[in-house]
Amino acid sequence: MGNYLLRRLLIAVPSLLGISLILFTVLALAPGDPFEDLATNPNVPAEVRLALRASLGLDDPVWQRYLHWLGSMLQGNWGFSFVSRIDVDTLIWQRLPVTIAIIGASQILALMVALPVGILAAVKPYSWFDRIASTMAFVGFSLPTFFTGVLFILVFSIELGWLPFVFRADISETGWQWWVEQIKQSIMPVAVLGLFQAASWMRYVRSSVLDVIRLDYVSTARSKGLAERAVVMKHVVRNALIPVVTLIALQLPQLFGGAIVTEQIFRIPGIGSLLIDAILRNDTPVVMAVTFVLSALVIIFNLLADVVYGWLDPRISYT
Amino acid sequence: MAGSTPASATPERASPRSLTPWAEAWRRFKRHRLAYWSLWVLGLLVLGVLLGPLVYKVGINDIDFQARLAPPSWKHPLGTDDLGRDLLARVLYGGRISLAVGMAAMLIAITVGVIIGAIAGISRGWLDAALMWVTDLFLSLPQLPLLLLLIFLFRETLKNLFGLEVGIFLLIVVVIGGFRWMPVARLVRAQFFSLREKEFVEAARALGASTSRQVVRHILPNALGPVIVAATIDVQAAIIAESTLSFLGLGFPPDIPTWGRILYDGRDYMDLAPYWVLFPGLAIFITVLTISFIGDGLRDALDPRRVL
Repeated sequence: MGNYLLRRLLIAVPSLLGISLILFTVLALAPGDPFEDLATNPNVPAEVRLALRASLGLDDPVWQRYLHWLGSMLQGNWGFSFVSRIDVDTLIWQRLPVTIAIIGASQILALMVALPVGILAAVKPYSWFDRIASTMAFVGFSLPTFFTGVLFILVFSIELGWLPFVFRADISETGWQWWVEQIKQSIMPVAVLGLFQAASWMRYVRSSVLDVIRLDYVSTARSKGLAERAVVMKHVVRNALIPVVTLIALQLPQLFGGAIVTEQIFRIPGIGSLLIDAILRNDTPVVMAVTFVLSALVIIFNLLADVVYGWLDPRISYT
Repeated sequence: MAGSTPASATPERASPRSLTPWAEAWRRFKRHRLAYWSLWVLGLLVLGVLLGPLVYKVGINDIDFQARLAPPSWKHPLGTDDLGRDLLARVLYGGRISLAVGMAAMLIAITVGVIIGAIAGISRGWLDAALMWVTDLFLSLPQLPLLLLLIFLFRETLKNLFGLEVGIFLLIVVVIGGFRWMPVARLVRAQFFSLREKEFVEAARALGASTSRQVVRHILPNALGPVIVAATIDVQAAIIAESTLSFLGLGFPPDIPTWGRILYDGRDYMDLAPYWVLFPGLAIFITVLTISFIGDGLRDALDPRRVL
């Protein structure tokens, strides 16, 4: 097991390096200069500007700048936000928990919807339930998250007035009242993200279960006299889930995209809205760090998926 | 595989007489009723977007303060926005841009994907491994953050180079297409792996066909089916990506209405004018949904192993 993990880690490292290289190339190729403000400021003499550039290493060759940047990223020295005037890592640690909580809750919701619906649809293919579920799935992933978000706000906040549509980070209530408010304001973002995920996962689960359910060993299990429930749960689902795990892991990058959109709609102070704010305000260190953190998260979750994969499928040897 | 299940519940029947492959595909496609009707709906929508502005002659930027935030009426079938601009005209015009972005980004994604997939699929060894490593790397990039980053960084340069509209259009199309080629590349590579060992390719090789001839004349045409399906999905994904960018305020500038941009503008007036966000949203939804169904139908129609 340790060996297997180590090997997966060794594969993950070059990917991280590759991503950092891509990010840095984008930034190095980009026009625009962080010292533009200084250049147009008549109070700053040209020599001072040039000295400042040299002291920050902006005139070094590209590869030196890359190594320098990578070194400080790895040491946890992520720079200083131009706009907020605090360290980027503090900023990110402030924003990350909300995002992780919303994404995590929406994934649980998505699994709770997609698994039972997908399995039931596959057990009786082309039944009414299957047709309705499949059509709903198509509708679900054809509705972009920004439109469902807007629809939810229209219906539940504006028409019915049940749920607040602005996410508040500073809820004044304490104790259980705090939890009530917190859950109330999280329902819509979690539902928007979760149902969108559930729609595409349901199709994966369905087709994967369909692939397995007609195999010979399932017929054997049935002819042993096992109850249909036991056959489906113990024999079919466990094997059918193996490809689903990979597909779920592969979809993670898109999930962060969805999170950015939902955070923007409901004004959630998470890492996605931090990114958008930073982009709109030209706050380069924050933009780079956030993009890097999101990429790193994707790779970490891919690694986790590999581990789960090995646990689900004993045929994959750990050695 | 022992248990193969057709993707749709269509009755099995042997075709009575031999047809050309495309006629056969069309016959299979028509069996998928949802896909067939989606084709009609999408066709009407595209026609409306293309011909609509020729018939419905209201300017997209005609400001009429008398009719600010007017609900749908005979004069303004979809209502007006906060400057009194006619929403039907804007939705029709926005549709042209959204569809154009979808098609152009799809073409880029397919071209890059087919080229990379074909090179990886026909060459063995390190070139294949390197190309697949790059593909996997791109697959694990968080797309939306990078899209935002790229557009933010390169917007001004392209605006200066090609002018406002063309510059932004090029940037958005290239960036969206540049992040969609990976699935196509993997698909094409997998197809190449099985096709290049088939007898007919071997026969071509034995007759002395060069590698490029084998690829272009023999392997690629047979790998086309899944690529066409992937292309429909790419159009849909590109339309969603463009509207997402516009919705985040980082797509086309405000005076060029796209469906996402109209939605974004209408967001602040949801309580006063819900129709402002509903109509562009519905337009995106119908387009994406019909393309999904058509893709599903094509998947059934173009897979020759499937008996329909």
